[in-house]
Amino acid sequence: MTDAQYDILVVGGGHGGAQAAIALRQRGFDGTLAIVGDEPEMPYERPPLSKEYLAQKREFERILIRPTPFWAERGVDVLLDRRVDAVDPNGRSVATHRGESIGYGRLIWAAGGAPRRLGCDGEDLAGIHSVRSRSDVDAIVADLVTATRVVVVGGGYIGLEAAAVLTGLGKRVTVVEALERVLARVAGEPLSRFYEAEHRARGVDLRLSAQVSGIEGTNGRATAVRLTDGTVIPCELVIVGIGIVPAVDPLIRAGARAGDGVLVDGQCRTTLPDVFAIGDCAAHPNAYAQGEVIRLESVQNAVDQALTLAKAMTGGPDHYRALPTFWSDQYDLRLRTVGLSRGHDATIVRGDPETGSFSVVYLRSGRVIALDCVNAIKDSIQGRALVESQAVVNPTDLADATMPLKQLVTA
Amino acid sequence: MPKVIIVDRAGRDGALEAQEGLSLMENIRNAGYDELLALCGGSCSCATCHVYVNDDWIDEVGVATGDELELLDCSDHRTPGSRLSCQIDIGSRHDGLRVTIAPED
Repeated sequence: MTDAQYDILVVGGGHGGAQAAIALRQRGFDGTLAIVGDEPEMPYERPPLSKEYLAQKREFERILIRPTPFWAERGVDVLLDRRVDAVDPNGRSVATHRGESIGYGRLIWAAGGAPRRLGCDGEDLAGIHSVRSRSDVDAIVADLVTATRVVVVGGGYIGLEAAAVLTGLGKRVTVVEALERVLARVAGEPLSRFYEAEHRARGVDLRLSAQVSGIEGTNGRATAVRLTDGTVIPCELVIVGIGIVPAVDPLIRAGARAGDGVLVDGQCRTTLPDVFAIGDCAAHPNAYAQGEVIRLESVQNAVDQALTLAKAMTGGPDHYRALPTFWSDQYDLRLRTVGLSRGHDATIVRGDPETGSFSVVYLRSGRVIALDCVNAIKDSIQGRALVESQAVVNPTDLADATMPLKQLVTA
Repeated sequence: MPKVIIVDRAGRDGALEAQEGLSLMENIRNAGYDELLALCGGSCSCATCHVYVNDDWIDEVGVATGDELELLDCSDHRTPGSRLSCQIDIGSRHDGLRVTIAPED
């Protein structure tokens, strides 16, 4: 028994799912189309959650991807508050947690991921939050009324952005990072050391190589974070930013091939017929990772995969080959990243970090594969061509910040 | 509410009642111009909300500076009236403003 039927059904109302629906309509797709999402809100932007929205500098309506009436005007049904628990690839339908069945002609899986959990004692106490959804951040903001001490678990971008905002709000912030430097999974050591110094200079208590053993609580609320070395850090609020687990279980149970995420090809096709996947949950071969199959957690990747897929679905076969870009804003530091630094074997610091404006250039076998640019937007723009061509550039020239990168681009 | 004229990539004129206090990018996007990608949501990072401000409005709206200028400098479609619409905050003084959505880079 099918409660509804759509020619294209999008699972997930984040950047990828929303952009897929927008692009399909823009490209003239005139079949029935719906987005089914597990949150109660219309599609909204996630990056502000750890920045302006947490800082309460931008109200929710301003982070909506489109105004609410837009979706109906475009003939897109948005089915909210429905988690898809199962996919039936033979019957071409999905089942929601409410027990509904929704039929599809083609399925776009853009379900993103769920915040990784600590998996330690006390993790279900009140006052412990992740930063993935509007409701997470609303809960943090509510707790901030009485909280003065905050422990952020995880020194990745989400954790550091949250730490920056909370420090700005006058909270006493401790960041606990399990590895020996922040941003260890995504950036090179010079960038890590720079951000560590900046956070410490602004009063953040940064604990590196520190593992959480449990959360202590009283009357059901978190009161302290306990580390494996026995240290106890008292706090009223805990924010956990230790990555996401891709939300792909229903696809795996339906037989889709998966690794870290659901496997897709260059046209975002899973191994199930007429089932596609995009965004944070899609493990895809990436030209900027030497063709390796990887997942990328970024707005750019979600949007560009959505555009690639919408094009392919409307008769313009396309292969995903977009240049990866990221951004992170902390305090007055605007980081812009181009390319993927994974697999680099050398870094070159361009400019002086002491000035607060510099770039880290990542090389692999002598070729430029990525740049992290802090308050150096010009490098992030001019560096694109270097990454796209995997340019071989004289290291001395790269390190010379007075030499514009565009002059180093060779034909 | 200030009335703003938007010329889309097909060259069609459209008028929108702009909401003050929002950026021009938000106003254009909210009016349903899907060709304005505005990938970064207005954080002056991506240059996908590039518009041309009509000549007679450049003095009022002002020219790009700082990061915005750097971002525009790399566009293949840069003109003297180029602005990133996320960096223009709409106020009553913009009544009658006319902008054209720049081609995709």
